[in-house]
Amino acid sequence: MSKTFLPSRLIGRGFTYLTAILIVLWILIPIYLITVAAFTPREMIYDFPKELVPKVFSTDTMRFFLGAYKVLESFRNSVIVAIISVVLSITIGAPAGYALARYAFRGKDVYSIAILSTRAFPVVILSIPLAVTFIRWGMYDSVFSVALLHVAMALPTTILVTSSVFLGVSRELEEAAMTLGCSHLQAVLRVVLPLSLPGLAASAIFTFVLSWNEVFAATILTLFNRTLPALLIVQIDQSPIAYRFAGGFFILIPAVVFMFFIRKYLFTLWGITLK
Amino acid sequence: MAEIRIKGIRKTFGKVKAVWDVDLTVQDREFVVLLGPSGCGKTTLLRCIAGLEQVDGGRIFIGETDVTDLQVRRRRIAMVFQSYAVFPHMNVFDNIGFGLRMQHLPKPEIEERVQATAELLHIEELLERYPAQLSGGQRQRVAVARAIAVQAEVLLMDEPLSNLDALLRLEMRAELKHLLDELNTTVVYVTHDQVEALSMGDRIAVMKGGKFLQIDSPIKIYDHPTDRFIGSFIGNPPMNFLTARLMDKGAFVQVNETKLPIGPEVADRLRATGKDTIWMGIRSENIDPMDVHAEGTLPAHVLVVEPLGSHNLLTAKIGDAIIKVNDHPDSDIRPDQDIWLRLITEKIRWMDKDTGQAIN
Repeated sequence: MSKTFLPSRLIGRGFTYLTAILIVLWILIPIYLITVAAFTPREMIYDFPKELVPKVFSTDTMRFFLGAYKVLESFRNSVIVAIISVVLSITIGAPAGYALARYAFRGKDVYSIAILSTRAFPVVILSIPLAVTFIRWGMYDSVFSVALLHVAMALPTTILVTSSVFLGVSRELEEAAMTLGCSHLQAVLRVVLPLSLPGLAASAIFTFVLSWNEVFAATILTLFNRTLPALLIVQIDQSPIAYRFAGGFFILIPAVVFMFFIRKYLFTLWGITLK
Repeated sequence: MAEIRIKGIRKTFGKVKAVWDVDLTVQDREFVVLLGPSGCGKTTLLRCIAGLEQVDGGRIFIGETDVTDLQVRRRRIAMVFQSYAVFPHMNVFDNIGFGLRMQHLPKPEIEERVQATAELLHIEELLERYPAQLSGGQRQRVAVARAIAVQAEVLLMDEPLSNLDALLRLEMRAELKHLLDELNTTVVYVTHDQVEALSMGDRIAVMKGGKFLQIDSPIKIYDHPTDRFIGSFIGNPPMNFLTARLMDKGAFVQVNETKLPIGPEVADRLRATGKDTIWMGIRSENIDPMDVHAEGTLPAHVLVVEPLGSHNLLTAKIGDAIIKVNDHPDSDIRPDQDIWLRLITEKIRWMDKDTGQAIN
């Protein structure tokens, strides 16, 4: 029986691999080209055809970019905003997710829909009221304000993702910890939290990437203290092409590095074990 | 001293009365089994004792302490869960030592007690392993070891054997019984498996619909069920029930066309009910099948013969009723044969046809 199915299974498997390779190439080729361009001397950037493996390696372009006005400062801003966003969205969102997962309370369904509905309003519509509000509060042009807005944008997904993560941790584990001498909080910290780390990491990545790439809120709420994407979006049109590649590379890297470190947790989340 | 006293406990989930007005006293060092079909409230009652559910009414005492409003960790209980609830991110050693670490015991003492407990359950080889690397039976041992390592005064067990395969369950049942005998703790054990209940408990509390039907020793529960439900729930096969008519002011009863004599003392009891028809309950091993007619026997027709090794189980028809009868393994009674059944009179249990309760 199994032999007759073999060819079709092979074809199916081959198709899966082909699709995977295509998707990976689709993502990797631009990244590769940007990276190569970012480390090509400025005068060689227009050379055609391109070498597949660059012969000349130069940090000239990158140094030009990093030396440009405000770049390093806005990079620092971006990092700070992303970190604040991740920390706040997890510390606020995870407890809310836990409550959704573990407790039955009046209006639970309405609550979970209400959480999502905050995302129903595009930031564009809210831009002027937001700017006005932050100016009134004296918080305009501050890194912290941008982070707050990013937290507001990330919270709905953080809450819903973490609640499904907590649902995945058996309630009996928590109860077992309590019968063995834990308070409820200790049971969560010692048993539930370690087991939900992969899920929480995934949720943190989501927030990090959201914050790192977010342009609109950052542009509205800041003038001088811009995050990197907000700075680039205004400068990129008037910049030489070398600057664009260097900027593209620079904005790509932290997300890749972040993913690399948190990858282990993502794999366990998807049921793949690395040994 | 860790006697458990439960007084008027009530627990509802929405409109469902999971446990309703229940009283139970478990003596110090007694092994009480809560037995009942699923949904009868036995697990809910256990969780109330543990403090994992808050009661809607009533009080629970462990020893002299009123624990009704105490947190789980203040109740001096340990619990084994149906799913084992072994912590997957800790190895076996850390799992067993978890409760001891929560008590902030010195490290050497923890090591010593984990080692001793592991040896008790024959898992000392597995201390470095993680739960994912263990079989179901081994995980079950870890769960039991973790619960007894803390040496709590009360041990609560929620269907601890139900996830094991049949052979392992049989083996673990005897081992667990032996272990718990040695430990001398008060045990409340929940199961829906009547064999487990009969074989392990000092006393069995049969539950149905959130209430106790009978709390007695296993042999009493088996032999003298106070309710028709208990007779039909306990025993394999369950107790047979036949409709009997009271004749001649209780001088004898009639089943279909056959008249069976009854003793004067039983006749008085039956007459006192003022009913014409009653349930007559008898277990399969208390019926003698014969292939010839004799005085005072019930004619029946064999439908199925199941050779079970130690005996043959007959399924026979008496009028419209189906009856299960034990027969000798080397008997030559065959399907489709007419037989006559002699009932052991003193083993017959009489029950009210309307309420299902035993007539005493």
